[in-house]
Amino acid sequence: MMNEAELKRRLQDAKEFGFSDRQLAHLWGSTEEKIRALRQRLGVEPVYKTVDTCAAEFEAYTPYHYSTYESESEVSPCEREKIIILGGGPNRIGQGIEFDYCCVHAVFALSEMGYETIMVNSNPETVSTDYDTADRLYFEPLTFEDVMNIIETEKPKGVIVQFGGQTPLKLAVPLENAGVTILGTSPDSIDLAEDRKRFGALIDQLGIKQPPNGTAVSVEEAIAIANKITYPVLVRPSYVLGGRAMEIVYDETSLANYMERAVEASPERPVLVDKFLEDAVEVDVDAISDGESVYIGGIMEHIEFAGVHSGDSACVIPPRTLKPSTIDDIVEQTKMLARALKVCGLMNIQYAVSRRGGEEVVSVLEVNPRASRTVPYVSKAKGVPLAKIAAQVMAGKPLKEFNLPERIEVKHVAVKEAVLPFVKFPGVDTILGPEMRSTGEVMGIDTDFGRAYAKAQAGAGMILPGPNPPKEKSQIIISVNDHDKPEFLPIAAELARLNFELFATGGTFDYLKENGVECQRVFKVKEDRPNIVDLMKNGRIALVINTPLDRESAYDELALRRCAVEQNVPYVTTRAGAQAALAAIQSDLKNNLQVKALQDYFQTASA
Amino acid sequence: MVSHEFSSIHRPPAVLALEDGTIFRGRAFGALTESGGEVVFNTSMTGYQEVLTDPSYYGQIVTMTYPLIGNYGVNEEDVESKRIQVAGFIIKEPSRLYSNWRGGVSLEEWMMSQNVAGLCGIDTRALVRKLRNVGVMRGVILPGEGGDDAVGKARAVPSMAGLDLVKAVTTGEPYDWNQSLHALHKQTLPDGIERAPFRVVAYDFGIKQNILRNLAERVSELHVVPATASAEDVLAMKPDGVFLSNGPGDPEPVDYAINSVRGLLGKVPVFGICLGHQILGLALGGKTYKLKFGHRGANQPVKDLDTGKIDITSQNHGFCVDADSMPGDGVRVTHLNLNDNTVEGLEDQAKMCFSVQYHPEASPGPHDATHHFDKFIDLMKKQGG
Repeated sequence: MMNEAELKRRLQDAKEFGFSDRQLAHLWGSTEEKIRALRQRLGVEPVYKTVDTCAAEFEAYTPYHYSTYESESEVSPCEREKIIILGGGPNRIGQGIEFDYCCVHAVFALSEMGYETIMVNSNPETVSTDYDTADRLYFEPLTFEDVMNIIETEKPKGVIVQFGGQTPLKLAVPLENAGVTILGTSPDSIDLAEDRKRFGALIDQLGIKQPPNGTAVSVEEAIAIANKITYPVLVRPSYVLGGRAMEIVYDETSLANYMERAVEASPERPVLVDKFLEDAVEVDVDAISDGESVYIGGIMEHIEFAGVHSGDSACVIPPRTLKPSTIDDIVEQTKMLARALKVCGLMNIQYAVSRRGGEEVVSVLEVNPRASRTVPYVSKAKGVPLAKIAAQVMAGKPLKEFNLPERIEVKHVAVKEAVLPFVKFPGVDTILGPEMRSTGEVMGIDTDFGRAYAKAQAGAGMILPGPNPPKEKSQIIISVNDHDKPEFLPIAAELARLNFELFATGGTFDYLKENGVECQRVFKVKEDRPNIVDLMKNGRIALVINTPLDRESAYDELALRRCAVEQNVPYVTTRAGAQAALAAIQSDLKNNLQVKALQDYFQTASA
Repeated sequence: MVSHEFSSIHRPPAVLALEDGTIFRGRAFGALTESGGEVVFNTSMTGYQEVLTDPSYYGQIVTMTYPLIGNYGVNEEDVESKRIQVAGFIIKEPSRLYSNWRGGVSLEEWMMSQNVAGLCGIDTRALVRKLRNVGVMRGVILPGEGGDDAVGKARAVPSMAGLDLVKAVTTGEPYDWNQSLHALHKQTLPDGIERAPFRVVAYDFGIKQNILRNLAERVSELHVVPATASAEDVLAMKPDGVFLSNGPGDPEPVDYAINSVRGLLGKVPVFGICLGHQILGLALGGKTYKLKFGHRGANQPVKDLDTGKIDITSQNHGFCVDADSMPGDGVRVTHLNLNDNTVEGLEDQAKMCFSVQYHPEASPGPHDATHHFDKFIDLMKKQGG
């Protein structure tokens, strides 16, 4: 047995070497809580040093700190009332820079209210970690141990976890259990929104629709649920980030395969099985609430079909195709959910609107009581700084005091498009699905949809052609599945009218010919040569329209999409995407481009 | 090449005691011996071998601000004198591995072989902040936990001001030098450098070898003389130019050299570096003073007042020429340090002399300022060789 002095020495050494409490708990067969308690009892505490870029040679005034286990701390907490804002940590897919925007706006708003702002984040590439954004910056990992150490040093009024995405949100419950005041929506409400069973009960109580669903911990259970709610189903592990490991499965074999290989289901981590609503339009809503009042920040209609991760999906403000009554339903349900969840701050809700006949039916897919990655986009599209308002609401200012209008009708159209990194990942399939793949997003704003969409595409690196293209860039490839063919007919006809040369593979070719659309046949890769990929390589293709067919043509599609990525040829994989591309082509942006500052869109509105 | 101690945990304890009563508790590094000196810090990230062998550090305990030291070991080429000159060496963490294509030994083995004391595992940043705020202090490295008399030992270390340390490091006998720059250094030279047919006499106040290499690269004859050589001795050698070297400590007590330089001024082109610059300043009638914590590092920005150009320079000095003390006639301040506006260069064209406070020879540090050696050659050419 070690005596206390030896134990302290050992612990100090381990901390100097960089072992976390959690790693030590793992190595010593203990728990993080116990190691923390032991460490504090023995007085093994971190100190904070300053990043000064001059090795302490000169006195620096940068309030930019990091922890280490040493003898001298350079930080002395001040007496002002402070609020700690937790950032999102390193950027990665699903945890994007949009959250940093929210954190920065929260810092500015709280600073204006007179609070000392303390930012905790570990990503040097962000604005939140600029030394002059917050009053004080701790360059620390977003873990319970490191955040708690800062809280104990600074003793803030409260901590904001909902602006930095999923990473800090996960700390809400442990921090609250440790006695920390979480500003904004309570961790219990966060749990209520994320816990399937609790949330299901709440939805039923409110009379809001949800796609039929269930939770499974075994293959058998999953199959039973799927049989009950009918295929296709969306399967995913509970508590996911960025839609990781989500899949849409169409049959029992694929479902069993997913359950066995993709996920290790357990009673603690069940798999969620949802009915997948085909042909539904997905809608995202960002709203702010103080528990009583609710402000609808923006309603975004997705351009891709439901099932594409919202982070990858292009969307548009205001909604293009929804009925006014559907929008009213969405507004009403959002308000009900915000009040029921006692949301304080930002919330994001994903809805699916399915259409049967003339009916539009709204169902709730997901509620996130936190800032979403669409907050910057919505704020800029509508001219209302959502994150700033939300931060002040969380600090106690009633929403009413902001005098926000019930609805802001904008005269312009703002399209958000995802920036996809496929060109950097040779060989990766580019088809979009429930798993998020984008690494950023851009906004195109203009007076009509086609132009806004064309700008968004250009921003994301896809230059769409205009009408009457030059001969050397005049070809369009169309290859769509049978189900989609009727929907694509008017699009193809219009493209032909705009003097594009259409090329189509077997089935699509026959269908277009039968319906009087001029086009040429092109071979699929396995049929003969010159095939569809050879055609692409000639460099005259301006656009590829290709919707997923069946498993047999998967190879063809993959080759085609890869080739499009490598040649930077715009390609669309959905009907909605094709319609949007057509609108963009019709807008002839290239010949009608003018500069207008973002501020100018709102000056007339407020004047 | 794992050093014999894998982890600093198992090292014996050692302390640093400072004259203000502060004790830093760490672990021994290098030789287990007591050693006192003026505690200073250096902000270079690399170049520890050059720092340790630089005679200007004689009598000083050097703290490196960079947290990991020793990763490339020690080799035969990167020395600035024949032995380690520092009184002691303080680092945050010794590298457990070292690797160098030029071979060599570990830093610690080398320090042990020369019986040089070191200390590691202390909060070096806290020490630097203290030195920065209070000024450099006398201190002592002691093996073990440091007894009641630790601080007393620190206070017993002689104060550097007024102390002539040059005599301890200068050469006993004159010698000739003909080794030019190492191959690696040659790559940094401007094109078309040829050896000029000049005879240069260099005063050794604790000269760094890379200064000699830089001079030998450019002149055909280079003779090194002890600090005590008189003006007559030097003039008798019929030099085309005289060089005044760097060296340790306070320039004022080096009055014999100041006198000699007075005897050379106006008779032969003179170029001084570091202590040589201070001695030239004193010989020209100026005064020097001690800086709070000195300039020691490889990124000191210096402005040439004639061209406005900034050189990033290597520096090591605790004393400085007082700009206000310079007599108005002919002498002018040519360079300023942009961190604190202290004097970095002097020139008196009528007396054919110029000097810089920083180190054009680098070692370690950037090569921005090597052009001063060429200026010295030009000055000799102008005087008709």
